Parts: sequence; structure tokens; C-alpha cells
Amino acid sequence: MPAEDVKRSIHQLLVDRILRGPGQATANQRVQAFENAELPEPLRGLIDKVATRSAQVTDADFAAASEAGFTDDQLFELVICAAVGPSSRQYEAGLAALAEANADTELG
Amino acid sequence: MRPGVLEHGYGVGPTLLFRLIRLVSGRPVPDAARVTFYRRDFYGVQMKKFTQETMRGHSRWSVGDRELMAAYVSKLNDSAFCVGAHTATAARAYQDRERVAAVLADLDSAPIEDELSATLRMLGKLTVEGTLTADDIRAVRFAGVSPEQIQDALAVGFAFNTTDRLANAFAFDVLSQEGFDAGAKYLLKRGYR
Repeated sequence: MPAEDVKRSIHQLLVDRILRGPGQATANQRVQAFENAELPEPLRGLIDKVATRSAQVTDADFAAASEAGFTDDQLFELVICAAVGPSSRQYEAGLAALAEANADTELG
Repeated sequence: MRPGVLEHGYGVGPTLLFRLIRLVSGRPVPDAARVTFYRRDFYGVQMKKFTQETMRGHSRWSVGDRELMAAYVSKLNDSAFCVGAHTATAARAYQDRERVAAVLADLDSAPIEDELSATLRMLGKLTVEGTLTADDIRAVRFAGVSPEQIQDALAVGFAFNTTDRLANAFAFDVLSQEGFDAGAKYLLKRGYR
């Protein structure tokens, strides 16, 4: 494997901060947004769009979540978690595939 | 930007800084920069560190190559703001607008090095399909790309898959070409700090 990579440590700090650090959304809601799982509507609609088709997010998606009682600060946090979650899974899948390919090379 | 707090919820310090920058540069601070000042301890501090290290830290990829990867990933995510910003920055870093335009128009026919082409294809697959196999990595290695370069490219993928989603969700204002060119000049001079 390539030598120690500072980028991976910073990535871990970022994920730890948004999921487990202080926030106005609950830690549980932030994890659910990060994993794009199990959130009640209308939040689910907004979070799923951010995670899977962000170009289709509309003002109405935010308005529906606000009407359901979420504050702007909570939505700020949950949208960030929904944006970082899929990218983190991609990053980790890419690094795992790299490690697997390298293990072959080092053995062979 | 939305929600509303991202337009008007900044403290006194950032608000004065935005005014000063506007006064000195004649341009408003782009939303991508403004958002990192909102409750910066939550996201901005770590994300700026990650992006600076990825885009300007030590790597065998040139700054132009990394900015081109950012533009390419952003195109696949339909992020007009990020495509504009990183197309302009890659073009300025390379001093070659046509090279960047050719890659974004059609990667397969673009006249670029095999290493870069294979790496962009890998990032494209990761962005669209969400995962990669060891065989995908072997194909990039076969094109002459080192494990460190793959690791560095995957970090660009993380940074821009994240930023593209935020640009779309928070509705960053798309700038004029002059605005993007001014931003590119700043990003090449000062980076992402």
C-alpha cells in the first residue's frame, strides 16, 4: 500500500466531527442522513435527493422539511451529512479496491 | 443560497470579511467559499484542510490534472457551479482551454495522456456507480498509474462528489465566465485555505 496518507486522516476527522460532534440535529438523525436510511418524510425526500440526485433538489424540498419543524441549522447539518455519506462510501470502496489490487501485486 | 440562514446567518467577522473582499476585488465572495464560513467548526475547517491537501498538496498529478478531475466529476454530478469553477481553474493551470473542453466533451476522443484518461474513467465509474473493483484498479495501474496517484485521485473524487452535492442542494449561485475566471486566478494563487 502507499505510505501514510494525511488525506485519509483528515477525512476521518471530518466524518467524526459531523456525526459525533456537537450539533443541533440529533446524532441519530445525522447518522441516518449520512447513511440515507430510515428518515421520516418529508426529510427523507430531501436527504435522498441530496445523496442520489442532488441536481434535482428544489426549494419545495427545503420548504417541506421546514414546515415539518426542522430549523435551518438542522437542515444545514443534515444536508452536509447526506452529501458526505455517499462520497465517503465511494472513497472507502475505491481505497479497498486499491488495497486488494496492491495485495496481488505484492504477493505476485 | 438555501436554507435562508446560509444567506444571512453569518456572524460579524465573516460578514465584514465578505464586504471587504467585495470592496477590494469588485466581486462578491462565491457561495462555495461563503458556505465554509457558516458554523465553520461543523464542516468548513476540516473540509478546507482536506481539499487543500488534495488539490495543492504533494502529488505526482499536476494542479491542472487535479482541477480537471474535479471538473470531470462535477460534470457527471450535474453541478453547474463546480463545472464552471474547475473548468476555469484547470484551463488556467494548464494554460490550455481546449484540452479541458475536449475532455469534458468526450473523454474517449480527448488527446490526453493514457494515465490521466484511465484515471478519469475510474473516477467516472466511481461517481456514477458508487463503487470500484480490484480489476478497475488493475486497469488503471496497467495504464502506468502508481498506487499513490490512484490514492490521490480518489481523494479528488471524495472532495468533489461532496462539494457537488452541496453546490446543488444549497443552490450556489452560478457565476459569469468573468466571475469563474477571477475565482480560478484566486484558487491558483491562494488555494483552498
